[in-house]
Amino acid sequence: MMESGPITGPVVTDATAGETALRSPDLAGVPAKPNPAADELGGTFWRRFAFRRPLAALILQRLGLSVGLLFAVSLMIFGGIEALPGDFATTYLGQSATPQAVENIRKDLGLDRPWSERYLSWLGGAVQGDFGTSWASRNSVSEQIGNRLGNSLFLAFFAALISVPLAVGLGMLAVQFRNRLPDKIINVISLAAISLPEFFIGYLLIMFFAVKWGVATFPATVYDSMGFTERLSAIALPVATLVLVVLAHMMRMTRAAILNVMSSAYVETAELKGLGTFRIIARHAAPNAVAPVINVVALNLAYLVVGVVVVEVVFVYPGMGQYMVDAVTVRDMPVVQACGLIFAAFYIFLNMAADILAILANPRLRHPR
Amino acid sequence: MNLRSIPFSAWIGIIGIAIALLCALFAPFLAPFGEREVVGDIWLPAGGDFLLGTDNLGRDLLSRLIYGARTTIFVALAATVLSFALGMILSFTAAVTGGFVDQFFSRFNDLMMAVPTLIFALVVLAVLPQHLWILVLVMAVLDSTRVFRIGRAVALDVAVMEFVEAARLRGEGNIWIIFREILPNTLSPLLAEFGLRFAFSILFLSTLSFLGLGIQPPAADWGGMVKDNKDGIIFGISAALIPGAAIAALAICVNLVVDWLMKRTSSLKGGRGDA
Amino acid sequence: MPELLSVKNLKIEATSYPPGEPPKVVTLVEDVSFDLQKGKVLGLIGESGAGKSTIGLSALAYGRGGCRITGGQVLLNGRDILKLGRGGINSVRGRHVCYVAQSAAAAFNPAHKLGDQVIEASLRHGIMNREEATKRALYLFRVLGLPNPETFGDRYPHQVSGGQLQRAMTAMALCPNPELIVFDEPTTALDVTTQIDVLAAIKHAIEETDTAALYITHDLAVVAQISDDIMVLRHGKTVEYGTTKQVIEAPREEYTRALVSVRQAKRDEAPDQTDTLLKIEHVHAGYANGFKVLHDVSMHLPKGQTLAIVGESGSGKSTLARVITGLLPPSEGRITFEGKELPKALKGRTNDELRRIQMIYQMADTAMNPRQTVREIVGRPLSFYFGMHGAKKTERVKELLDQIEMGTRFLDRYPAELSGGQKQRVAIARALAAQPELILCDEPTSALDPLVAEGILNLLLKLQEETAVSYVFITHDIAIVRAIADSVAVMHRGRLVRFGPKSKVLSPPFDDYTDLLLKSVPEMEIGWLEKVLKTRRMESAGN
Repeated sequence: MMESGPITGPVVTDATAGETALRSPDLAGVPAKPNPAADELGGTFWRRFAFRRPLAALILQRLGLSVGLLFAVSLMIFGGIEALPGDFATTYLGQSATPQAVENIRKDLGLDRPWSERYLSWLGGAVQGDFGTSWASRNSVSEQIGNRLGNSLFLAFFAALISVPLAVGLGMLAVQFRNRLPDKIINVISLAAISLPEFFIGYLLIMFFAVKWGVATFPATVYDSMGFTERLSAIALPVATLVLVVLAHMMRMTRAAILNVMSSAYVETAELKGLGTFRIIARHAAPNAVAPVINVVALNLAYLVVGVVVVEVVFVYPGMGQYMVDAVTVRDMPVVQACGLIFAAFYIFLNMAADILAILANPRLRHPR
Repeated sequence: MNLRSIPFSAWIGIIGIAIALLCALFAPFLAPFGEREVVGDIWLPAGGDFLLGTDNLGRDLLSRLIYGARTTIFVALAATVLSFALGMILSFTAAVTGGFVDQFFSRFNDLMMAVPTLIFALVVLAVLPQHLWILVLVMAVLDSTRVFRIGRAVALDVAVMEFVEAARLRGEGNIWIIFREILPNTLSPLLAEFGLRFAFSILFLSTLSFLGLGIQPPAADWGGMVKDNKDGIIFGISAALIPGAAIAALAICVNLVVDWLMKRTSSLKGGRGDA
Repeated sequence: MPELLSVKNLKIEATSYPPGEPPKVVTLVEDVSFDLQKGKVLGLIGESGAGKSTIGLSALAYGRGGCRITGGQVLLNGRDILKLGRGGINSVRGRHVCYVAQSAAAAFNPAHKLGDQVIEASLRHGIMNREEATKRALYLFRVLGLPNPETFGDRYPHQVSGGQLQRAMTAMALCPNPELIVFDEPTTALDVTTQIDVLAAIKHAIEETDTAALYITHDLAVVAQISDDIMVLRHGKTVEYGTTKQVIEAPREEYTRALVSVRQAKRDEAPDQTDTLLKIEHVHAGYANGFKVLHDVSMHLPKGQTLAIVGESGSGKSTLARVITGLLPPSEGRITFEGKELPKALKGRTNDELRRIQMIYQMADTAMNPRQTVREIVGRPLSFYFGMHGAKKTERVKELLDQIEMGTRFLDRYPAELSGGQKQRVAIARALAAQPELILCDEPTSALDPLVAEGILNLLLKLQEETAVSYVFITHDIAIVRAIADSVAVMHRGRLVRFGPKSKVLSPPFDDYTDLLLKSVPEMEIGWLEKVLKTRRMESAGN
């Protein structure tokens, strides 16, 4: 309900489908030759293709759209920062800024070059996985990120592993007992849960599990030489926090998606055929509920990616989120840009996955006329 | 509408919001101590002179909580009102005008929404100087993308109705169509959405403050208070949990009211009749 | 002969939740009793809200959307199915009693093939094995006249047309060899030329398999073709119950008589004069995505007369109305109003040009702002076009309410507080308020119950006499054309098929499409369906 992806449903008219797919390679930085004849030829080819293979066409279109979106986001993250007021060199030096020092530092950081040039070299580097050097530590950003990205994904992966089946299960339970006591209890608890800030849940868990009862560890430090089980016990509390954060949303949306299917006319038809409850759910409701539920799951996983930022700060966990927050406080722009782009990429990718899976699960598109 | 039809859960929400608003409005009269006044030792336990104990600098936690209500609620409210104004104007314009304007606004909105709100805010706040109005503006602009999306959907729902077409055929201008034909029919869902956005703004502001990018000390605000007192947790001092609980309680109260508003909206459409 | 289905003193209630008020229990059906013998068909007829679907579903002991059967008995072969438990009722549904829904498009599961869905009940109830069931499905597809019956079952619901889906739904109901089928308005959502085929297929199939049926519809002419007995319902109560012959030919009750006689209104046409109000010349139009809807359409309308545009869904008749109003500018051609060419797009027209053409919609519900009172709705054109306000405006609104035969007590009501017919009257008053020369009526009566619709038509005729306003009347109903038109335009797939004075257009020699259209309209005559089918067979034999 609150956070959903930027890409709308899979209904797209033919014309826009052709347009985006044609435009996307161009957007991705590969310069297309300005040849109108070829363009037109491509148009008719695309149209024919979209007509014959609508499923493939839609998926290609989604892929193109995501690449285009990511490119636009990179432009926004880089260009937006340029357009905003505030001079980094001055900020960087703080009180001790003399004009000469500012000039030197600008040159040092490459800020004296025109921004389009800097953008292209930044983007070129980013595509190859090189995000430049940090202003604060003078280390390679990519090296730092490489390590921390793994840590963040490790955390998110386990949170997803627990929360997805739990949310779908609870959602189904709530539907089964619709408007009865279990449903009402689940509803009230989940309403409360979506109102809790991540850091509150986190500190609450630390207070009780780590400090009072001593059954978990805090802070959740991990390092390279750590064994797998040690790691797991270290991330127990952060994972629990993330699960609680994302669970309520996912469950409420799952419940709504399943209820929507259960109130449809074809489920009534199945009931009037005298089929048993299990058969109705398994054979008639489930195939149609899969697409919306997958969508819900993917959207919430995208939300999870953002959730790690706060949770990592709370638990002092060496991941991407903490890295980014630290960089923001000291205004270490290369790091902020790199982290921003990577977070956005994950978010866009998961939204795209949600879309594509929903398209794949739609029988109307799978079996064209 | 009569008062008795308001369910119990919504009453809890309304009362909770009312208490928070009272604290916010009359903070100087209600708070036993000053906002920035150091009154005792650090992290004194609750009880005695200090009902909720003291914080990491020895300030009275209850007083700061009451003053914090003021900052948190007013900043969140300002951001929500601003984001609503911005989002509604743009979305209704897009829905009513259609064509290129709609396409442009919608695509740009998609682009803004392609970056998670928090990440976007982190990037932008890293560049901008730290002022309160900038914070409000950033929150408002980012949140307005969500408002735009729902506003456009709701307005389009109504805009395709025949009474809007009838008004167009009569020769009415866009202003009349938006304010007299569409807006009165979208108030209910938009009111619910406003509550939802407000709850989200409270959480978002608190998160930013918690990360050190929101309200700057020494001003009291709930998210910042959690940050100030978080180091006490390891020693079993629950000072950080109290403002956290306040945020949660307020957000829950707002959501309870929203939940009721939404149910009310959907029951307006009525059940399925006999065909 | 023992009764197959015997319903005794049925009572059905539902709980409604009016906003801001405590829930209320509403009685939908009260004291309804009927009997049905093996192989017979009972027609349940009534307006919307008469409770006919609810009664039909009670034969499967099913309450839709919160309806509860709270009293009476439903005896199937002498056994009260209301007393059965969940397992017991499941062995009745889909085995002894089957259901055909109004919208087959929604009632089929989009995720499965049609064939699998058709045979599902037979398999699950263990009536036959897969091979037998598939064979029976094939037989039924043939009986129902579905194209390519061998491969029809391999298709998905969205891959076939609405008429075919409706027939497939009938096959699904017939497949387990039930004793009774409940048909819930099976042809209402279909076009009239499709309806007749489906109707014939259903009739043939239930006769062939000797299945009893409850046939629910609002169209007396349809039910007269298919049922042995008819029960007329109103507000959840029985009005009249008798044999089809008695109900159609000698109705006992006032209400039934009115239903039977509705379609008999006729009006003589006025001569086509030279004083042309509206002229449409060679209009082509299409939508932005390149889909062309209108091809070279020309027609004209003299002052003070009525032009009826007839066609089925997709014929382009509503699009033509949008072109006239300027909502959809034509790509070619021109429209002249009182000798002056109208600007193509809405934006280019002056307020006075807009004032002179007004519109009435099919759904009065959505055509009026639910947050405005009758006074505001009717008053707005007065202040907008004529700058009226205050007492003068109120006075004029009252006059208009008088003209549409509604009292001034409706002034401060909201649309939700009016009945369907009253809403349509207010919509007419709003159009009249602008003192137009032309009113476009887009199926203004098709969503209304027959008696209410007749009242609206009479009102429109009366207003034409009083104000000499012209109408363009868009409809799919030939009976309405007969009742009110002076000239008629028949449209089919975006082209004008036939245009001229009513007497010429509606009498032979016909073109193929008009012939089909006219012959497909059910007439209030027992045996009409057989007659039409017979002439069709003869014609095809002759070819």
